[in-house]
Amino acid sequence: MPDSLSLTKITGQKGMSIGEAARRVADLGWTPSYVQEAMTFPTDYKIKKVPRDPMKQVLRSYFPMQEEKDNRVYGALDAALRGDMFRNVQPRWVEWMKLFLAIIPFPEISAARSMAMVGRLAPGEELRTGFTMQMVDEFRHSTIQMNLKKWYMENYIDPAGFDITEAAFGKCYATTIGRQFAEGFVTGDAITAANVYLTVVAETAFTNTLFVAMPSEAARNGDYALPTVFLSVQSDESRHVGNGHSMLMSIIQDPDNHLLLERDLKYAFWQNHAIVDAAVGTLVEYGTTNRDKNKESYAELWHRWIYEDYYRTYMLPLEKYGVKIHHDDVNAAWDRIVKKNYIHKTAQFFSVGWPVAFWRQEAQTEKDFEWFEHKYPGWYAEFGNYWQWYAKLSKKGEKNILFNQDVGYVYPHRCWSCLVPCLIREDMCTGEVDGKLYTYCSTVCRWTHTTAFAAEYEGRATPAMGRFSGRREWEDCYHGWDLADAITDLGFVRSDGKTLVPQPHLHFDDSKMWTLDNVRGNTLGSPLRAIREMTPEAREKHIAEYRAGFTVNVPN
Amino acid sequence: MSATQEPDAATTSAAAGAAKFAGSDSRKFNYFQPKGRRASHYEDMTVDVQPDPKRYLMQDWIISFADGQPAYNENWTAAKSTDWHQFRAVDQEWERTHYQRQSTIVGMIANVVENGRRSGAVTRFDPAWVRVLQNHLGAYKHAEFGLGMATMQAQRYGYTQMVNNAILTNSSYKLRFAQDLTLYLGEIAMDLENFDQDAGKQHWMDDPVWQGVRQSIETIGGCTDYLEQYFAVNVIFEPMVAELFRSGFVMRVAASQNDFMTPAVVSAAEGDYERNLANTVELFHMLVLDENHGAHNRALFNHWLEKHGALAQNAASQLQPIWSEPRVKIAQFTDAIEQQKNRMRAIGSEIGLDVRSILD
Ligand SMILES: [Fe+2]
Ligand SMILES: [Fe+2]
Ligand SMILES: [Zn+2]
Repeated sequence: MPDSLSLTKITGQKGMSIGEAARRVADLGWTPSYVQEAMTFPTDYKIKKVPRDPMKQVLRSYFPMQEEKDNRVYGALDAALRGDMFRNVQPRWVEWMKLFLAIIPFPEISAARSMAMVGRLAPGEELRTGFTMQMVDEFRHSTIQMNLKKWYMENYIDPAGFDITEAAFGKCYATTIGRQFAEGFVTGDAITAANVYLTVVAETAFTNTLFVAMPSEAARNGDYALPTVFLSVQSDESRHVGNGHSMLMSIIQDPDNHLLLERDLKYAFWQNHAIVDAAVGTLVEYGTTNRDKNKESYAELWHRWIYEDYYRTYMLPLEKYGVKIHHDDVNAAWDRIVKKNYIHKTAQFFSVGWPVAFWRQEAQTEKDFEWFEHKYPGWYAEFGNYWQWYAKLSKKGEKNILFNQDVGYVYPHRCWSCLVPCLIREDMCTGEVDGKLYTYCSTVCRWTHTTAFAAEYEGRATPAMGRFSGRREWEDCYHGWDLADAITDLGFVRSDGKTLVPQPHLHFDDSKMWTLDNVRGNTLGSPLRAIREMTPEAREKHIAEYRAGFTVNVPN
Repeated sequence: MSATQEPDAATTSAAAGAAKFAGSDSRKFNYFQPKGRRASHYEDMTVDVQPDPKRYLMQDWIISFADGQPAYNENWTAAKSTDWHQFRAVDQEWERTHYQRQSTIVGMIANVVENGRRSGAVTRFDPAWVRVLQNHLGAYKHAEFGLGMATMQAQRYGYTQMVNNAILTNSSYKLRFAQDLTLYLGEIAMDLENFDQDAGKQHWMDDPVWQGVRQSIETIGGCTDYLEQYFAVNVIFEPMVAELFRSGFVMRVAASQNDFMTPAVVSAAEGDYERNLANTVELFHMLVLDENHGAHNRALFNHWLEKHGALAQNAASQLQPIWSEPRVKIAQFTDAIEQQKNRMRAIGSEIGLDVRSILD
């Protein structure tokens, strides 16, 4: 058939342009006159009812497009099984998916929920329509990720940890970080949560590291399923980024909003950095077996995506509206990654806590060391001894590393704000809210708790702003517990009633796998309780020692 | 196997079954009680994704609203449940089934419209009927949109993932249908002279025939109790007003006005509603039967029935003049109303509510 004689040419009839269709659809809304919509999710921002030109899309092209994307995803999963993907996949990688996929479906569905919060604030019906589609997208993301997780559980050699996934999500020492991330989308000031924190920062900047860096690393480890799912998820993000930018533009026009916007950009950027870089950085750098020196490190990716693409081309242009951008925070985040070893310290912390995890973490070895030293000069001097200890103590029957006094690692304080521990020891600080002492990983995290999440900001009342709540220090939940009892309570015990779900190695062999008996006799404690109970003098001394850091001993 | 570690002699593959050890056959999500004998795929995709301090959320919710309300709160509805987690959506939707179904409907409508327009069907619509479509179907599309926006709002508040996702897909169906009608009217307009696409909204805003409907919809949108919204949408407005107009008028009357296209477009909404209704009935039936709160819930639902039922009844009766507008009159308003009353009784008895008071 000649190109010019396509089916649409034969049957074609005049149709509506997408622009006209979007305009008609946008006209579905009206201003109520009998009963006003309830403004149940408050904001301290003023929103100008000036429609910006958002993406033009209608559901009748959206649904078939998404179904087509789905078909490709599910086809690829089938193909991966036919191609025996799991024969060759790297367990080191899949184990970390137990953590990652336990976390991510909740942030996704939270994004769907938060569309209700911005939906009623949207300036203009076209943007509101954009939010409705985003809501359905996020439902897609949450359930497509649950499906992937179930698929790993059914096909990977060790399903333990996948089988308890949502229960583990609510209890684990690491998933607490992911909950902080997601709850930020759905609580407090609706614009802070659903526009600035979720869209302007998390989706616009950090989904690149989440949904693009992770797939590349997955493929390098023989996992072709995750890239298919996550690149498909990421393909929806450009619409969300567009929605968020339209909303931002309608807020930024009003100088009255600038103070709050500066607060929220600062809070959101730093929290996203602290949480996403800790988690994804660890997955990408430590969950891989690929040590190709030509590939970009997480730090290099961060520089490209967060520093160049986001900071320079998205954030900086906001200054022309008169909004102050916190350049120093961006630079400080970069320094934390390249100079202060933030990701390496997070991976170290995760591994110290392996008995209370629900996935396996194996030791890094010589081949890994070489790559780390190449990409992060000085790495070996700081972490080499530690990982040799870890390898040694991964053998069943050894005193586990969390409590082994010979190692020299000092268990960290939690940051009350980002919930990642205070790993960069010299930056640890304390603060007070309502007469109570708290610990923080950084001064920006302290500011977030003491200054941003409060009823007033720089003299301006902020009645809509959220508050930190709950038992935020995970360690507090098991203060005074025996480690074995805590693991039992967490539910991180296998079906035989004694073998642990987490293991410090990748041996799929009962004789090498740790049981409750191998960890019993060690008592967990809350660093926050300890520091609160100290006399002022003792506390000052303790903080000075903490900030001076620790030295891991040479393994014997 | 990791290249960085000595492989176990027996293990050369990372595939299921490559080795036998504690937990190696634990291949089902084991943290919830399935509704049936085995967990459905829908349950696996849905249950406990929204966490809860009553189940596994050990540290409780960690960010609250300014007034101390947590991220999710049972008291965001006046209805009470001994265990909200019992609810499962009858239509078992997760993303894949949702997109498949929505996409199938989009394709069905596209076929009908394309074939109809190609055969010149639109130009053979009875002229009086064209005016009905322009003014009244054009007005009605806003009601559907209002239902979509109310449920979009409501899906933020439910206490479990199952409740919220059922309300979310409901919203998605309503919003699609509002757009289906909008674009359908825009397309037939291309084949007709003097078809005013803006007339529908004018009738929606100003025509006395539509003001009761608009008041009903705006009242639902103004509710602060998300379950009241869900109840008012599916237990009251849909059967008493929406189906009355869709089934009792458009679907019944169109063919006699030479219009076989509109019923096909509208029929999608009837299918959507069957699913949304099944989910709704399941949830409210559970609440009516609740061992501790059944009586409280029945009284509450009766209150909602009265409040929204009165508005819906008023809205329905104001629509009556529309039945006399088509040139060929084959349907009686009173018959249509009678049919919807039977429908209401059936829904009421399935949930376990006495709806007589609002029907007589
Ligand atoms: Fe998403
Ligand atoms: Fe998104
Ligand atoms: Zn912090």
